[in-house]
Amino acid sequence: MPIEIDIAHVARLARLALTPDELDRYRSQLAVILDHAARVQAVDTTGLAPTAHPLGLSNVFRPDEVRPPLDVDEVLSQAPSARDGYFEVPPALEGA
Amino acid sequence: MSTWEPVIGIEVHVELGTASKMFCGCPVVFGDQPNTAVCPTCLGLPGALPVTNGTAIEWLARIGLALHCRIAPFSVFHRKNYFYADVPKNYQISQFDLPVCVDGWLDVTADGEEIRVGIERAHMEEDTGKSLHQGSGGRIHAATSTLLDFNRSGVPLVEIVSRPDLRSAAQARAYAQDLRALVAELGVSDARMEEGSIRFDANVSVRPVSTKELGTKVEIKNMNSFRSLERAIGSEIDRQIGVLEDGGAVIQETRHWDEEVGATKGMRTKEGSSDYRYFTEPDLVPLEMPASTVERIRTDLPELPADRRHRFGQLGLDSHLVNVLSGSDPDLRRVFDEAVALGADPVISANWITGEVTAVFRRAEASKAEVRIRGSDLAELVMMVKQGTLSSSAAKEALSGVMAGEGSPREVAEARDLVQVSDEGLIGAAIDQVLAANAEAIERLRGGEEKVLGFLVGQVMRATGGKADPKLVNALLRQRIT
Repeated sequence: MPIEIDIAHVARLARLALTPDELDRYRSQLAVILDHAARVQAVDTTGLAPTAHPLGLSNVFRPDEVRPPLDVDEVLSQAPSARDGYFEVPPALEGA
Repeated sequence: MSTWEPVIGIEVHVELGTASKMFCGCPVVFGDQPNTAVCPTCLGLPGALPVTNGTAIEWLARIGLALHCRIAPFSVFHRKNYFYADVPKNYQISQFDLPVCVDGWLDVTADGEEIRVGIERAHMEEDTGKSLHQGSGGRIHAATSTLLDFNRSGVPLVEIVSRPDLRSAAQARAYAQDLRALVAELGVSDARMEEGSIRFDANVSVRPVSTKELGTKVEIKNMNSFRSLERAIGSEIDRQIGVLEDGGAVIQETRHWDEEVGATKGMRTKEGSSDYRYFTEPDLVPLEMPASTVERIRTDLPELPADRRHRFGQLGLDSHLVNVLSGSDPDLRRVFDEAVALGADPVISANWITGEVTAVFRRAEASKAEVRIRGSDLAELVMMVKQGTLSSSAAKEALSGVMAGEGSPREVAEARDLVQVSDEGLIGAAIDQVLAANAEAIERLRGGEEKVLGFLVGQVMRATGGKADPKLVNALLRQRIT
């Protein structure tokens, strides 16, 4: 059963500006991946606990101790734009 | 009357006051220079990995247990994916279907009525950075650029989601205030609304009275005080009723409270922005909390505000006194508890604590003076007044001496010569002296001029330097005259 993919929506969520050709190409590639996922999903897992993490570990904690942060000048030297100790980016819309 | 019933749920975000952030060792700071408490992890630099702060998880369980939640023996972190400049990884580490705390409740009192507010969940996540919108007075829509400070990025954040059990703006405010008091009591956050370390969002809908189906809900943000929370919810309820009564439909959206205008405003939101595509965080392993850990944290809980109010009520305090004492400084409440444990009358002790003791503290605060009081001091003071050793005005003076560090109430009363004379022999001698000098007054009193008694009491008080117990003087005088 072919899976319906709103590839434009997926691209928008990922903030990817794709051409119509690319949209077509990725739609078919993504379909193969989803097809595979559908086959995995079809396996009967009754009575099996879901795997939350492949390592099988839990409770890996660090003590609540402060470590020295980075130097602010070094941090901002990596940014395309900075002002008064802040990173500067194009205006952001709230909730966008 | 009103034919619409408001249905309100509250989402609360609490920044934990741990020393370090949730997934890295950067310090949790407020008001520092921007970007001075950041590292590769909380800046979302490629390759940086998160490591969970164990203390933050225990504190979340502490909050959950105080809210009577069930602590999940197994829970996991998820990624909540969205693009916003203050989320440097393009996802926030949060929890989704397996949160640490579920199914609790909080009893709150609003308009004299106690209501039980269900808690759906409380989960762990990380705070975002802070955005500062430049241009046109910081307004979002007219901004020319956005400045970012990541000091807050990765600060441990607990989200507490109530069930839609609130039915008025006043109830919502009471819930918010009581929850804030609870969190502060637990010592896990400074819970300062004005600094954003506790933040409230409200989900509001209305439905026809006595129907079950929920109306379309609107989320309100940007409420910066309890007062604005109550006003915002009240105004949004009115707006929705207006829309429905005009035959319109409420649109599901997020609205911003505008304090100056006194109304909520719709926000421009992009379509599909709420598709967060949660998936389990592959960089973090699951959390497991055995029953023994849960019990240890439960045993460690302090007395909760609701329990304390109940206890004060059982001590015989009326609801006004319960409220005032509950709102008193924790140190003063401790003094009260100690005094009562030593046998002091609870109502009288509470009146002292909320009255004169608080007044002395406030004056001392204003003049930056150091004052203190112990429970045993208060107990002694209350006892001395009861026994007639101190008049109530002398007790006030003794108290100020005690709080200034001059000694116990008895020591201060003696040093300042405040002790009331209750020795019948001494008072009797003074009375005899006064009577001998006022034969005419006695005749008038015997003739029915009652007010003369006051004059004679005054004379006796003067003869004893004002220290005789006036009640005793009165009684002894009457004995001698009639």
